[in-house]
Amino acid sequence: MTTPASAPAATTAPGGKILLATESVSKIFGGLVAVNDVSFEIPERSIVSIIGPNGAGKTTFFNMLTGLYKPSIGRITFDGQDISRTRPDRITSLGIARTFQNIRLFATMSAVENVMVGQHARMRAGLLGSIVRMPRVRREERDVREKAREMLSYVGLASNVHDELAINLAYGDQRRVEIARALASDPRLLLLDEPTAGMNPQESDQLTSFMRRLRDERNLTLLLIEHDMKVVMGVSERITVLDHGEKIAEGDPHEVRANPLVVEAYLGKQG
Amino acid sequence: MSALVDRLGHNKNLVLAVVCLAFAAILPLFFDPLSSITDNFITAGAYVVMALGLNIVVGFAGLLDLGYVAFYALGAYTMGWFASDHFSSVNGEKGIHIGAGQFASTLPGVHLNFLMILVVAVVIVGIAGMLIGLPTLRLRGDYIAIVTLAFGEIIYRFAVNGDEITFGEGYKLTNGRQAIAPVDTIDIPGFAPFDSAFNLRPYFWFVLALVALVLLVNFRLRDSRLGRAWIAIREDEVAAASMGVPLVKTKLLAYATGAAFGGMSGAFLGAYQASVQADQFKFGFSIFVLAMIILGGLGSIWGVVLGAVLLSFINTYFIPDVFNSVPHSLGLDFDLTVLNFGIFGFLILLVMVLRPQGLLPERRRAMELTEGLGVGGAIGGAVSDTTVEVAQP
Repeated sequence: MTTPASAPAATTAPGGKILLATESVSKIFGGLVAVNDVSFEIPERSIVSIIGPNGAGKTTFFNMLTGLYKPSIGRITFDGQDISRTRPDRITSLGIARTFQNIRLFATMSAVENVMVGQHARMRAGLLGSIVRMPRVRREERDVREKAREMLSYVGLASNVHDELAINLAYGDQRRVEIARALASDPRLLLLDEPTAGMNPQESDQLTSFMRRLRDERNLTLLLIEHDMKVVMGVSERITVLDHGEKIAEGDPHEVRANPLVVEAYLGKQG
Repeated sequence: MSALVDRLGHNKNLVLAVVCLAFAAILPLFFDPLSSITDNFITAGAYVVMALGLNIVVGFAGLLDLGYVAFYALGAYTMGWFASDHFSSVNGEKGIHIGAGQFASTLPGVHLNFLMILVVAVVIVGIAGMLIGLPTLRLRGDYIAIVTLAFGEIIYRFAVNGDEITFGEGYKLTNGRQAIAPVDTIDIPGFAPFDSAFNLRPYFWFVLALVALVLLVNFRLRDSRLGRAWIAIREDEVAAASMGVPLVKTKLLAYATGAAFGGMSGAFLGAYQASVQADQFKFGFSIFVLAMIILGGLGSIWGVVLGAVLLSFINTYFIPDVFNSVPHSLGLDFDLTVLNFGIFGFLILLVMVLRPQGLLPERRRAMELTEGLGVGGAIGGAVSDTTVEVAQP
């Protein structure tokens, strides 16, 4: 097993417990097969990437893992539990959180409020409790707000913009808030959909090392969709390549880079 | 520090509420006990309760409801059924009386205590709100509006034709256009029975208490886990679901809470007007309440209060009392009251052109309109690119 030089070898768990697995998963929209018979596994505490040309079905695949789409065929298990037909909010409370390719913050809520929504599944206040504002609800509200600020600081958002509306934040800060919002649900698996899109090389580097920090400090497992090959090759322990909805290659960065099918998918047939 | 700011922000609304309510409470003392102005204020208070209820559904959660009159009707009928001689032959024509006032206790029919019926109305109408919510859960935007509009119309048809729907020992569902009347007067333990023939002030103070209660609930819910979830759904349903917000449950709670306030107000109006008549529940009334919250500012609690009071007074005071003779003085032969909905429509047009965010806009809504964020808004909101496949078998 090849480990990227910069990743601390001790924290990877080769052959560790499988956290998420898909078995022959397909998604068919009318006549279009967006994802076709994809089986794959993510070991606990690993960093795995999905790559592939545009329209390869990567985001559709993500949407199935998070419950936004139900697979037409196949099974998805998370920590041994079948989540193929589980609602998105239940999947979040089981421990999968995500960010979106085109940032989807709640634009007119503040950064803190966004992250507070991320903790929804971990909160208990109900309708009557919120109306009466029982001590338990007050305490929960205070804790949640505090944790939201902690999360925002953890992802590196300056504290003077914590109460700024999300729409007014700089692009990079919006990405940070989205990650904080996902982290706020205490996930075990974090899905990042093109996290470095629109970032300059320096910001990408920072994010790459932040991903490793997430794995090491918070025991997270990460799955990312990424186009920036420098990021993909630098951070991933395993890479899965999708093309036209099918898995065409899988392996560590070296194997994938050398795979002729991958080269063909990206650059076209040679000769 | 930030906790302090939160506190002050919260207290600002509290201070404003206390000042407004205290001012309102002494207001009727300046008028005759039977003044029509007091009557107008009572109606306005009942409309504020309704508008604040609809604001939860449309303003907070972004679900456009065009059938809100249904909840007004159900609340009013609950009062009619349980506080009149409508079911006159019940219990061998002796009637059923639980905590009813002295006079009502001698009448046939079902007569429960006013506060009891108010609670029953809130529960019944809250459940009805969830039932109307169910079929809309798979829908978005304009389609929700159409389903709720149909529901409002169904309830109206039941109200009109309910005198032909009989059950049990010839009990009629409603009295149609004949009206269920008289409805018992409000009789609260510890207070003299309210009597609209002598003094309107107690009604006003009671409706003011309802407004205070509903204001409190609105503010507390807005700044709660549930309130954030509603706004999150309004902004981006897909992202909300992915952050752990259960869409079905959260939307149903919005419908139920909003409906419950409509029912509360309806029950009060039933008792105040002492009659429940089917033609009060026409489609136009849904639009009337919707116009209040649009005029004031969708999602803005104070804006909605202002919008409701303004439109109510335009309807009950300015059009019939102040400007009614304007057509005559122009040599035209009609009353201005026949044009009331035309006038409301014109006002809404003016607001849309001059101040689309409403008179006292909510900070968030103002942003959406000025920054062109077409995010999942209730009215003409953009449909997002991904839809959540909810409730697939």
